[in-house]
Amino acid sequence: MSEMTGLKRTPLYDFHVEQGGKMVPFAGYDMPVQYPLGVMKEHLHTRAEAGLFDVSHMGQVMLTSPEGIEALGLALETLAPVDVLAVKPGRQRYGVFTNDAGGILDDLMISNTGDALFLVVNAACKQQDIAHLITHLPGHVTVTEITNRALLALQGPKAEAVLAQIVPQVAEMRFMDSLRIAVGGSEWWISRSGYTGEDGFEISVPAGEAVDFAKTLVAMDAVELIGLGARDSLRLEAGLCLYGHDIDSTTSPVEGNIAWAMQKTRRSGGARAGGFPGADRILSELHNGAERKRVGLLPQGRAPMREGTPLFATSESADQIGVITSGGFGPSVERPIAMGYLPAEFTKIGTEIYAELRGKRLPVTVADMPFRPSTYKR
Amino acid sequence: MALETKFTEEHEWLRIEDDLVVVGITEHAATQLGDVVFIELPDEGTVVSKDDEVVVIESVKAASDILAPLDGEIVEVNEALANDPGKVNEDPLGDAWFFKMKIEDLSELDDYMSEAEYKTYIG
Repeated sequence: MSEMTGLKRTPLYDFHVEQGGKMVPFAGYDMPVQYPLGVMKEHLHTRAEAGLFDVSHMGQVMLTSPEGIEALGLALETLAPVDVLAVKPGRQRYGVFTNDAGGILDDLMISNTGDALFLVVNAACKQQDIAHLITHLPGHVTVTEITNRALLALQGPKAEAVLAQIVPQVAEMRFMDSLRIAVGGSEWWISRSGYTGEDGFEISVPAGEAVDFAKTLVAMDAVELIGLGARDSLRLEAGLCLYGHDIDSTTSPVEGNIAWAMQKTRRSGGARAGGFPGADRILSELHNGAERKRVGLLPQGRAPMREGTPLFATSESADQIGVITSGGFGPSVERPIAMGYLPAEFTKIGTEIYAELRGKRLPVTVADMPFRPSTYKR
Repeated sequence: MALETKFTEEHEWLRIEDDLVVVGITEHAATQLGDVVFIELPDEGTVVSKDDEVVVIESVKAASDILAPLDGEIVEVNEALANDPGKVNEDPLGDAWFFKMKIEDLSELDDYMSEAEYKTYIG
């Protein structure tokens, strides 16, 4: 931690500064928001070739138990409406932690390592998540925050070719595979996933190896460093939620339009239906629909519409019906894009509503997401 | 009367052309903003007071405003810029002017920084 700023640093901090990263506070960390290339070019480069992201601020958490992997899965299922038992060794799944009111405490990735469950959680939520796990998981489960590893993401159409030069086995992986691979005497934890809508990998390496790994990658022509700015515009184009903005402790997974992350086994009539916090509300919403839902939004003009922009049914109606939760300019789709919440009756694709921007009502169309087709290698 | 280009603390440059004040943003400001993707210009004929928000300028990252540097009337806006906002990054001191203002007394510009002073200001 820096004494001057009180901000934590990832193992790549000095490297970011050396590479011209513009450092900003994010979730308690001093992180690069962009490099000299700039947000627009970083975004486009990731879609065209390969982008390298430092995501070491995210929480890496290991769950272990002497009672074995099935007991671990059942334990985690009490906190998340996810079929954890169905995550096979070497596979990964997206899910959420819910609260008693059916809201979302965090969204996360769950990997089955064969003998443990490995979780990757949001930086801003990690201490709260760990406390939540320790408090609510049964006594046989040990919760360990992994603090001696860096986490890097390599994303884009050339990610596989680039990473395979260092770890040839990655060429055999498919979307959401998650493997432990011996690399030069240590163990790297690699998943074929990411948060950009691109094919790519997230690579957990021992902290001491992070800088050399990053240097090797950026020395390759196809690879550029990508900051948080482009990470945000990439995930927005991919229609992916940002926790604390598009989903939070008040939005249910059904409202958040991530019901797909709740498998049949955990829904009414499933083998392990319910049994997670907020199940009453969430199962009811799965059956009856939610009153409001997160949707994609296409501003009709050229003005970007940012988080907090209020939404209205018509150009004159007095009552606000919803709000934009993420929005900006999509460099690949070359237009403003946004997502936000609307009452169920306004969520049909193609519905025209209005946003109020600087005192003017401007038309917005409810749109399907992702805004740009994702290119995962399934 | 100020003939040299003047600079504001808001990172605007001001230049006198044909008795009008031409307003743009500095290279430093353009770099800080990043790639500009949207510009909303005021209507020609708008009468403004100093520090009124007259232009909205948005990059991929964020939105910001350009303030009127002086009291006066907006007499001409750079429509070409609204159609090609990226020009702000390519040629902030030249093609990418935002608007031209008519003001009472051109000597009001004297209060603003010279280029040397501005360079010191941004460090």
